[in-house]
Order: sequence, then structure tokens, then C-alpha cells
Amino acid sequence: MLDKNGIAKRIAREVKDGMYVNLGIGIPTLVANYIPEGINVVLQSENGILGMGPFPKAGTEDADLINAGKQTVTLLPGSAIFDSAMSFGMIRSQKVALTILGAMEVSETGDIANWKIPGKMVKGMGGAMDLVASAKNIIVAMQHVNKAGESKLLPKCTLPLTGVKCVKKIVTELAVIEITNEGFLLLETAPGVSVDQVKNATAGKLIISDNVTEMVI
Amino acid sequence: MINKVVTSADEAIKDIQDGMTILLGGFGLCGIPENCIAALVKKGVKDLTCVSNNAGVDDFGLGLLLQKRQIKKMISSYVGENAEFERQMLSGELEVDLIPQGTLATRCLAAGYGMPAIFTPAGVGTEIAAGKEVRKFNFNGEEKDYLMEMAFEANFAIVKAWKGDSEGNLIYRHTARNFNPMMAMAGRITIAEVEELVPLGELDPDQIHTPGIYVHRIFQGKDYEKRIEQRTVLI
Repeated sequence: MLDKNGIAKRIAREVKDGMYVNLGIGIPTLVANYIPEGINVVLQSENGILGMGPFPKAGTEDADLINAGKQTVTLLPGSAIFDSAMSFGMIRSQKVALTILGAMEVSETGDIANWKIPGKMVKGMGGAMDLVASAKNIIVAMQHVNKAGESKLLPKCTLPLTGVKCVKKIVTELAVIEITNEGFLLLETAPGVSVDQVKNATAGKLIISDNVTEMVI
Repeated sequence: MINKVVTSADEAIKDIQDGMTILLGGFGLCGIPENCIAALVKKGVKDLTCVSNNAGVDDFGLGLLLQKRQIKKMISSYVGENAEFERQMLSGELEVDLIPQGTLATRCLAAGYGMPAIFTPAGVGTEIAAGKEVRKFNFNGEEKDYLMEMAFEANFAIVKAWKGDSEGNLIYRHTARNFNPMMAMAGRITIAEVEELVPLGELDPDQIHTPGIYVHRIFQGKDYEKRIEQRTVLI
């Protein structure tokens, strides 16, 4: 079973050289720490940065330079700043190749819910609805089950949707799963996790690939 | 030449009335018009509809207007960091319209570009599509549904820039740019507060982000706090 950093490490292997990538808040942000040597990606922050760098050294923080999580960040050589309309322009026109984000629920048809729990405080969707409606490749980083022990991989989402038929792949502490026309396709299990464990934790239709492998982290 | 320069935030906002709709630039607390928000609090205008990506924090940004119950309706994409906001929303005192961030930006852009509506895929198939026109387009080699979203119509836009001149030309700094340029374009009357008001000719025309034609009033702000919401540093 993986911890959050393990999930981020596994997702980092999906990132290819030269990609423009948008990382959501939470586990997706950690992916930046594990991009393999020799792979150069440009991180897009939807508040208006391409070429976002790491956090600044103490004492050099700049109130005018933050990421989409409102954290102070830096700019790498070759970075560019732009306004919010252009930022979502490059997202909508699919120039941003890969979006990695968290989710509360994903359905076997690739629907995603991650912005609202009815009856509880609703914070809003931020840029998530724009990202999932347009990105060519969407990978979800999340826990396989919620705090109540219920599966987050469902036949149909129960929470209000963020987007429909958009998620391509899910990486959890247990498994790597692809969304196919037939349902969830189990590709890889985490070290020490059995296929049965993944089956038991998945409420939606799970197809077991002929060659399920153990994740390489 | 029309004189766009005003002496203070109080003067800039003097004709903002109860019940008006205002676009306010900023992302989180970054690039917010601190001086005009303070002036609106002081003036005590109420029943405002505020369009802003976020709603500030309890004691800063739009949180200051919320504290005084001056906002009737908030149109935002993300409002997570404000306890008073949450209280007013759950008690029904505050009307809240949550919309996708790209939709918010582009509805401003449409207004500034003189177009009544846009079509976006954001929100198709979700509850925010309820009651909105959906059109199918074959675009970029793909047939997809798009939602029609209307351009904002706002009495005022209030933006914050780094530098500006008396013609109203504006330059923003780093990610404090965010929603400011498209909001500046979208106000029926646009007020710009700047950290530095420079003499005509000092700004390089090639570097202007917002041409002065979109700006009706400009003033040099003061005492900028520029609060950092999440101070993160390398360990």
C-alpha cells in the first residue's frame, strides 16, 4: 500500500518530456517533487504562470508571486506570466497536455466529482470544471476508499459532478486503473496489495487486465 | 484631455451606490484593490453584488465588506478561506453563485471584447448547466457540447496594478495580474489603483497590459499591506 508520496511518485512516471502539466492541490502538487531525472516539464499554474518553480528561500517570498493554492512560489528561467483569461484559454485549447487532480468520487465511465458535498460548506470548483472539460489527459490522484471506508470508484457518482466522461487514469494507494469503455481496468497493484484487495475496495465494474503487474515506484 | 487622475480611493468610488454590481480583481489576496475595498467599507454602501474569484479572508480583502454585511451576492469560483462568509452563506444572508474560474475570466473578457456570450465546455453535464443553453459544435476535430455563458454587465470594475500613468495605461506585476486585465476591460466604469503613478511617457508602450481606453479613473494607492495567504518556503 502506498502513502501520499508513493501515489505522487507513481504518477510522476506518467509525465513525459516536454509536457505542459497542471497540478491540482494536495497529492498532485507532490508530483513535482518526483519528476524523473532527464524529464523536463513545464508546470502551469492557472492563476497565470508557465514555468513555475519551487517554493522560495525564506526571506525572498514575494506577495505578488503565488500558485493556484495561494502559496508563495518562484519562477524558473524561461517562465511566462499571463492573465486568468489566457490561462484558461491555453487549458481550453488543450495546449496543457496533462492535468493531475484529486477527487472525491470517480465513476466507471470517467465522471468525476470533487467540488461539492450537499449540505456541507461548498467552497467552489475553482478551475477544476474548466480543466476536466478540456484536458486531453486527466489523471486522478486519490485514496481508493473514503474515511468511512466506502469505495470512491463507483458505478455512478453520487455527489454533484465536476465533469463527465473525462478521467483517463486513477492512481490510488492500492492500484493503477484505466478508464475504458467497459469500466475500470486494473493495470497495476501497489507493492504488497492483492488483486482481491483492489476488487473489494472498488464498487464500480472492475476488469482485471490479463497482465496485472506490480507498480514500479 | 479628460483628467482620469483622482486624488484618493474615496473620490474614485464616490458614486458607487447601494445595489450595484462590481467586478474586483485579484486571486486570493494577490493583486486585490486594497485601497478601494477600504474606501467601500468606509462609505458603507450595501447590497452590493461582487464578482471576484475569491472572497478574501475574515479580516482582509473582501472579508472586510462581508464583516459589515455590505455584500448581498457574491459571484466567485472558490471561497474556501473565510469563516464569516461560510456563516452568512449557510444562514442565507448571503447569496452565492459559484462558477468555474475560466468561465468567470472569460465572461469578463467577453464584456471587454463587446461580445454578449461565450460557449465553454466547462460545466457541461453538471448542475451548473441547469437552465443554460447547450450547443453542440464540431470544433478541433471533436463534436462536443458547450454551455452558453453571458458576458458580465457591471456598473464598476475595480482593479489593482503595479504601475500606471495619467492616461490610465496599466502594467501589472507577476501573478498579481490574474483577473485584473479582463475585469478592467469589463466595467462600465473602471477604477484602477496603482502602486506607482508615473508621468506620461514613462511606461513603455510595448509593455502595457491594459490600454488606458479601458480605464476611467486612476489613483496612486497607499499603505499596501500585500498580505501573503500561504507563506511557503524551502526547508
